[in-house]
Amino acid sequence: MELFVTIIGVLMASVFSGNIVFGQSMAVCQLLGSSKKMNTAVGVGTAVLIVNVLATVICFALYRLLVYLNLEYLRIITFLLITVALVSGLNILMRKVSKRLHRSLGVYLPLITTNCAIFQVMNITVNSVLGQSYTFWQGFGFAAVYGVCMGLGFLAALVLMAGVRTKNETALIPKPFRGFPIALITAGLIAMVFAGLRFSGF
Amino acid sequence: MDKKHFKQTLLGGFVSNPVFVLVLGLCPTIAKSTNIVDAFALGAATAFVLICTNVLVSLLKKAIPDKIRLISYIIIIAGFTTLVDIFIRAYLPALNQTVGSVIPLIAVNCLILGRADSFARKNKVGYAALDGASMGIGFMIGITLLGAARQLLGMAGLSVFTTAAGGLLLLGLLLGLYNYIRSLIYTARKKRTRTLRRIKPNPFKGGKSQ
Repeated sequence: MELFVTIIGVLMASVFSGNIVFGQSMAVCQLLGSSKKMNTAVGVGTAVLIVNVLATVICFALYRLLVYLNLEYLRIITFLLITVALVSGLNILMRKVSKRLHRSLGVYLPLITTNCAIFQVMNITVNSVLGQSYTFWQGFGFAAVYGVCMGLGFLAALVLMAGVRTKNETALIPKPFRGFPIALITAGLIAMVFAGLRFSGF
Repeated sequence: MDKKHFKQTLLGGFVSNPVFVLVLGLCPTIAKSTNIVDAFALGAATAFVLICTNVLVSLLKKAIPDKIRLISYIIIIAGFTTLVDIFIRAYLPALNQTVGSVIPLIAVNCLILGRADSFARKNKVGYAALDGASMGIGFMIGITLLGAARQLLGMAGLSVFTTAAGGLLLLGLLLGLYNYIRSLIYTARKKRTRTLRRIKPNPFKGGKSQ
């Protein structure tokens, strides 16, 4: 029961108050780049979710190895290589398994190679999970839960943003604000709502 | 050196500023520009990594096969970022307390990968270094301006601008202002050329109009 409560707590914290995009302002370039259409937003969000889960789990295990070998300064290269390997591996796998899956999800995979969100989630996972004295499997489980929750948070942010931006397209906006500026202001306003959730005690 | 190309590269960071025009590399920009010192330090670190990466990519452009070029660039960038990370940890412990958590994020800055892929791999070393310096300084100026604005507004009592939401909002407003000023300059220049043409006819067009 206690475990269940903890998981719900992590879920709420990472989707609402500590949302990776609106709470911690990571992956803003990705947010602006791929939220013009709802289809793209859902595709990119799902791809990030999948890569996030696999990446946190793998990086947790690999970081333990790095600590064991006293090679902690290699963590930036390791994290990036994990992401790149996962992205290209999943891309090839999807193309082989089914054409439809590749068309709806695989084409967005190369876009997320340099996604700050995935990198930051790995960073946070390593810092928070390794700080406590979990056993290997407990830490493994927490890393997986953390990956799922942060990925869900990113997906939610992207879908919200895409919904507002499709409305923005038909709105009458002053000329200097068209394009990126209004998208940034929209993101700022949504982020304020998320900050409000934090103050209200979510 | 070709003079026109040289000038274009030199002014690249200002005409197409990474923060205000290209809107690249925003994640650290917004996360850590709450005060001017942090913003400047982060900008300088990013500029350093950008210049080094551009030079190395340009030197290795024949050695790197086309198919695996992105992975190679990522490893180069990660290497330089590690260098900066270790340097700051060792020599600037006060800075490490504040910006230490976002220094690793330089490795996933889309600006650096973008410049390596779109400029450095097609140009000579000198141009690549110049482009890195110009873009890096442009990024530094942009992020420092944003940091200064946020710190000022925060000191004036509008503490909302020091949060993530305020950063996004302020950057959007600044971008709008930048676009507005640019359009003003553009129309002024257009008007000037039109008036000039009315006063004395264009000598390259032939004297038929008279």
